[in-house]
Amino acid sequence: MRRAISAAAAAAALALAVSACGGGTPEQPAATATGAAEPSGQVTWWDTSDATHEGPVFQELIKEFQAKYPKITVNYVNVPFAEAQNKFKTAAQSGSGAPDVLRTEVGWVAEFASLGYLAPLDGTPAVDKPEDFLASPASSGKYDGKTYAVPQVTDTLGLLYNKKLLEKAGHDAPPKTFAELKQTALDVKSKTGAEGLALNVDAYFLLPFIYGEGGDLLDVTTKKITVASPQSVAGVKVVEDLITSGAAAKPAIQDSYNNAQAAFKEGKVAMIFNGPWSNTDNLGGKVFKNDPDNFGIAPVPAGTAKAGAPTGGHDYAVYAGSQNLDASYLFVQFMDSAESQAKIAGKLGLLPTRQSAYTMPEAAANDMIGKWKEPMAAAVQRPWIPEGGQLFQPLVEGYQKLAAGQQGAEPMMQGVAKAYQGLLKGWSL
Amino acid sequence: MTAQVADGTAAGTPARGRARDPMRRGRAYSRHWYAWAMCAPVVIVTLVLVGYPLVRGIYLSLTDATEANMGRTIGMNVIPSTYEFVGLANYTAIVTSAEFLSRLGWTVVWTVACVALHYGLGLGLAMLLNRPVRLRSLYRMLLVLPWAVPVFVSAFIWRYLLNGEFGVVNAMLRAVGFAGVTWLDDPFWAKVSVIGVNVWLGVPFMMLALLGGLQAIPRELYEAAEVDGASPWQRFRHITLPGLRPVSSTVVLLGTIWTFNQFPVIFLVTKGGPGGSSEILVTYAYRQAFEGIRNYSGSAAWGVLILALLVVMAVVYRRALRRAGEAW
Repeated sequence: MRRAISAAAAAAALALAVSACGGGTPEQPAATATGAAEPSGQVTWWDTSDATHEGPVFQELIKEFQAKYPKITVNYVNVPFAEAQNKFKTAAQSGSGAPDVLRTEVGWVAEFASLGYLAPLDGTPAVDKPEDFLASPASSGKYDGKTYAVPQVTDTLGLLYNKKLLEKAGHDAPPKTFAELKQTALDVKSKTGAEGLALNVDAYFLLPFIYGEGGDLLDVTTKKITVASPQSVAGVKVVEDLITSGAAAKPAIQDSYNNAQAAFKEGKVAMIFNGPWSNTDNLGGKVFKNDPDNFGIAPVPAGTAKAGAPTGGHDYAVYAGSQNLDASYLFVQFMDSAESQAKIAGKLGLLPTRQSAYTMPEAAANDMIGKWKEPMAAAVQRPWIPEGGQLFQPLVEGYQKLAAGQQGAEPMMQGVAKAYQGLLKGWSL
Repeated sequence: MTAQVADGTAAGTPARGRARDPMRRGRAYSRHWYAWAMCAPVVIVTLVLVGYPLVRGIYLSLTDATEANMGRTIGMNVIPSTYEFVGLANYTAIVTSAEFLSRLGWTVVWTVACVALHYGLGLGLAMLLNRPVRLRSLYRMLLVLPWAVPVFVSAFIWRYLLNGEFGVVNAMLRAVGFAGVTWLDDPFWAKVSVIGVNVWLGVPFMMLALLGGLQAIPRELYEAAEVDGASPWQRFRHITLPGLRPVSSTVVLLGTIWTFNQFPVIFLVTKGGPGGSSEILVTYAYRQAFEGIRNYSGSAAWGVLILALLVVMAVVYRRALRRAGEAW
């Protein structure tokens, strides 16, 4: 009997040891310095911006922050944009490895907030002069009546073009409608030897065509899935026509974005759709490097309804489980101040989300900011719902089928609508 | 694994002993308690590491748990658990979806094509390397190289090599006057591409395993056959293949399971595209489960379903081998 007991005890001890290895609960944080003492702590920031072009500018800002708050250490981690969403969710959910502050895409905020991963920021230093923010970007940080994120940059898509190629084809101005877009592209193709338009087979880049014809993915107020509406389908038909008529080069499906960018920068194609985040990248390309004036920016062309491109951008959000909340709020406050935004705008041409930043000399010095003003006026709000992040996968799969010639516009959008029905419980078609 | 144990020495005798003499079991225990105690850590660790997740997975697959309705506390946010037991709803939803059958069909094609090529090419190379050639060890080393490179590195390299416009493969084709192929952008060629990449990755293992098997076949058999006037084909058919059978049956089963669940190649080379055409069951299940708000119950159901498919496959395969006279 004694042997049996000792064996059982050994087994129990072992089980304990094993479960202890499995992580367990994180210890409660030692209270961070509060009150009159100088703020201290450690802030880990996941930056999802481009590590080679944009990252260094943010790191400069961090140096200034550390000079101001010497007792707060900032851990800068650059996480590739494509991985950030999943990585953050895994870390946030398991309670270990999540950053204190995250640069999140505007579309992710509602999802993260609905899952309880984000700290509400109302009444904290992180929301500093909220009346200064532009309305549309600021709305992306709100969920269920609370503020969960503050906007860092805003963006949209515009028509980027190679002025010389367009001139060679006999067009002094960029196309303003889809019909002109097609004609201009065909002229470029026949007169210059370059391709007219390169499409990026990605859901986000399909939206200007859908908005242009008056369509949308969803109608949030009536809880209706509108992705297969006649207007939305008409938008996709424009794309179909651009591809079949040869106005757009046969789009690459894998690495579509990079292929289109490379072709544009090499001067192999005259026009692409892209956003302000690509400014630096474009201006480093072969045909723009020594000739920045050759780089043209225009609003996306209009369809029969209007010219519209999706509102994009990034926000700062604070992880609810952060052990350094106070330091994190201060960090967000500093990084999102008008001065910081103006600095970033000046160096990278990214669009500020604060009205006051636009008038600051540092921002005004970058002529990209002025050039993007007109495209920004056409930006359309996206549905800020928790499922927002899931809407793109079915759409991109459909777009791939369309671009590969497997499916026409109508069945493609019907398929997408069906996928949305599975995602959005209680929505009608 | 348990089946193997039951087939062996343990089967039969204890059952009779138990029925006849309950005292004997007690005596056997008091004599062999030490052995039990020595086994206990392994049993417990196995239960904790394998048993618990498996049971929990099966349980989750019968609920409607997602990232949104599973309870958790993060800092100031407290979310209560609100998921419920839903029985087999997840399974019926998966099996009745149109996607499931088409994905299963392509997964089977993918597995059969990959394993057949792995085995065929691996056997060919192993036989070449089994004979005395100059620089044999150099060849062996070069042929093992693809296996030594991490899969994700190879997958990314291939993705760039196969790029339609800027890829090296198309550049070489164009250089000799062919038109480029849209390797990853056309559903058919995308499938060919992923099979090619996976074959490139998997052949070294097959080659090594079969080379080991070849070297275990006694030379005398070949010499005797030669004396008897057997042709090379006859020697291959009647000595090499039967001699390799113990190795082959194992590596084919392993290869099938690996290929069936070969996530990184598909996910990194084509991302399942274009339009989801090269998506196999595991990558499709991943998408269903981990895109957007995570669907834990759905992913668990997919996992259990894939496991069940593989178990059925393994059982059928073992039966077939046993019928062919193979004690496995």
